[in-house]
Amino acid sequence: MKKVLIDGSCIVTEAMARAGADAFIGYPITPANLLYQYAGRRFPLMIPAPDEITVVQWMSGLSACGRIPATATSFPGFALMLESINMAFMMELPMIIILVQRLGPATGTATCGAQGDITLLRGMISGGHQLPVLCPSGFTDCWKLGALSVSISAGLRSPVIFLTSKEMMMTVRSFDTDKLGILKPVKRVFYQGDDPYKSYQPAENGIPPFLPVTSSRWQVRLNASTHDNEGILQHSTPGALDNTRRLDQKAVSRLPEYTFFDLDEQDGACTIIMSYGITSAAAGEAVAAIRKRGIRVSLLVAKTLFPVPDKYYEILDRYERVVIAEENINAQYARILFGARLPERVIVAGSIGKMVRRDEIIKKVISPL
Amino acid sequence: MKPILNSPDLPYCRGCGHSLIAKGTAKALEALGIQPADVIIVTDIGCHGIIDRCLNTHTVHGLHGRSVALGAGIAMGLDNPDKEVIVFIGDGGSTIGLQHILEAARLNLDMTVVVHNNMLYGMTGGQSSGLTPRDFKTVFPESGNPYESYDLCALLVSQGAARVSRIAGTGDLSSHLQEALSVRGFSLIEVVEVCPGYGVKFNPGRNLREIIATSGKPAGKWENQRESFVYPRGTKTEDLLGDLRFIDQTNDPVAPFSLALVLSGSAGEGVQVAARLLACAAVGAGYHVALKGNYPVTVGVGFSSAELVISDRPAGSHDTEIPGVVVVTSGDGLSHIRKRIAGMKKGMLFIDSSLPVPETGSDIYSHDFRSAGARSASLYALLVFLKTTGYIPVEAVFRAIRDQGYDKKVQTGRLRSLIGC
Ligand SMILES: Cc1ncc(C[n+]2csc(CCOP(=O)(O)OP(=O)(O)O)c2C)c(N)n1
Ligand code: SF4
Repeated sequence: MKKVLIDGSCIVTEAMARAGADAFIGYPITPANLLYQYAGRRFPLMIPAPDEITVVQWMSGLSACGRIPATATSFPGFALMLESINMAFMMELPMIIILVQRLGPATGTATCGAQGDITLLRGMISGGHQLPVLCPSGFTDCWKLGALSVSISAGLRSPVIFLTSKEMMMTVRSFDTDKLGILKPVKRVFYQGDDPYKSYQPAENGIPPFLPVTSSRWQVRLNASTHDNEGILQHSTPGALDNTRRLDQKAVSRLPEYTFFDLDEQDGACTIIMSYGITSAAAGEAVAAIRKRGIRVSLLVAKTLFPVPDKYYEILDRYERVVIAEENINAQYARILFGARLPERVIVAGSIGKMVRRDEIIKKVISPL
Repeated sequence: MKPILNSPDLPYCRGCGHSLIAKGTAKALEALGIQPADVIIVTDIGCHGIIDRCLNTHTVHGLHGRSVALGAGIAMGLDNPDKEVIVFIGDGGSTIGLQHILEAARLNLDMTVVVHNNMLYGMTGGQSSGLTPRDFKTVFPESGNPYESYDLCALLVSQGAARVSRIAGTGDLSSHLQEALSVRGFSLIEVVEVCPGYGVKFNPGRNLREIIATSGKPAGKWENQRESFVYPRGTKTEDLLGDLRFIDQTNDPVAPFSLALVLSGSAGEGVQVAARLLACAAVGAGYHVALKGNYPVTVGVGFSSAELVISDRPAGSHDTEIPGVVVVTSGDGLSHIRKRIAGMKKGMLFIDSSLPVPETGSDIYSHDFRSAGARSASLYALLVFLKTTGYIPVEAVFRAIRDQGYDKKVQTGRLRSLIGC
């Protein structure tokens, strides 16, 4: 057993580097600063940028050259990145953006955790398109999902958001590093065809093979404006709109490959607690305490937040009542799952300025019974 | 050799200066014997950006104002002097993205930026930009620009750009572009040119040479002797986990308990180190631990507190809202935690004897922690807490001090004599 005191930032940085992320562009912001610090020590290339727009632009340039860049930020920086993340999405460039949530709105409280950017993430791409948002619920997830975000990003040719919160990245915990499995760097296969390369001609799986702009053989065209499968700007030709439709489906159609969740179902339970990220520990404790009282209850911890896996509905539909625990006061994920007017069977345990407590979740499960 | 342009028909209005730049760039690259596949042209949003369909080079068409940053990322990623990164940007793009240009120049990335300065925003209908000369007429203000324009070249030279030039966009521009392209490092060429669509329409009778001559931003060429960008590799580790200090665990039996403890003191008084040492000691004794620091953004002043959960079970949600134990070593620390102390219906409060004891339902242990000196007061207070309660052996803390390499920073001898062991 190799016990250490460690924070999630260290685990995520190491996992991503081992999985093949090879460049980090940083701009300081609390609570993502530890990631910046670790990346400086660990990533083969780490360059501080003068602002967050530059961060994602530099990352896109690096990605166009065949690298897999990463960065870490919080809402204020993420807001500046939005247009550029849309660009990377449209150009289909792999990269990982670690979003460490803190209390908003605006600058809010830099040193206070939150889960308040969920609504934003669902609508962050103009046109309503989606990209993978993965959310770790503990240190082993930081390791596994950290690495998976790299391979998913490369495989899907898409930016991936690794969504977390202050407590996961900054709280130090005793941890046995033997629990972290072996990670292998992602093997990237670039276009090897004998026909001229078309940057956005999809393979059978809907994803165009990648070729970096370093190619001396074929011309590569990357384009953030509406474009056809060659990457040539179009107003709204059928081919270009087909490409945009393909983009809309890309992350969704591959979703079964990256649907991650933990499910602990109890026979005969009428209520299921659903949670994600930093709140899932309290949700797990609530489940244990409720069961101790002889009340049956199930637990779903979502790790793939977006696109929303159908699987979640399949599970939640089995229950009369769904209690969703998340650290915001407007039921953000709950409303994405169930609509602006929440059905009566959906009850939310929320909080701001402090983490959702175990007892608050228990109360929501037990009081109406 | 494949030509750079795939068509003589360019997509611009007749007489647009952008055509001269495209043709000049192609001719310059061909004269230098550079293959299209070795060229990456990054274009911006603006009329000039619609050129990429006419190019046989690699083309990257990004966002308005961001092409220099995008090109900079490519220059960083290429790490190959045989490739050319060329960025096309307008005068509008170069003001919204000014920071990106300054940054690429500062780092001296190996790239060439061609500013298509037609003195207005062409694509959006002829509005004035930061490079519109004073008195030049645009869609707004129709009577002429009342403001002075940026001197982009002077700005960049002052910030160390390796090479900057400004030319009038008439005739064959290829020799100027060839010079700019031959620089190893950052070079920018500002081509002042006309937009027949708007500039000519709003400013009848004016010609380019006269506009440049009266603008106070003359044609010219400026240089700074610089080394091109090299990434400083510095000291990199291959394994962050391998750099961590492992904590040896004793085989002593682990008593079942779960404790939420808050240590609250002043910045600069060793609060975080003391809490970390207690955490290590607890782990060494076989417990699970979660620890978070709490302090204002100005880390050197005001309170500093550490919230610790020690448990025989995994520390889970790290819930310290109603702590079982509060240890207070200073007035800052007391102000920070006072409300939560008041909310405690049971538990223990260890508080420095110089401080007033607040209202609380917890048991009070008042002690002169600061007699250990301000920097040791927190650690001493935690030792007193352990000695009083016996949760974890005091010796485990001294072991942590040694194993974690704090023996030089902590006055172990003095603490031992104060605590009496
Ligand atoms: C962030 C953002 N703001 C505004 C626009 C709208 N826009 C498109 S092109 C353009 C101006 C282009 O002017 P310039 O860069 O001088 O190039 P030109 O069209 O003159 O070649 C603007 C403001 C945009 N695309 N993106
Ligand atoms: S509007 Fe002006 S800048 Fe745009 S293509 Fe026409 S002449 Fe050129």
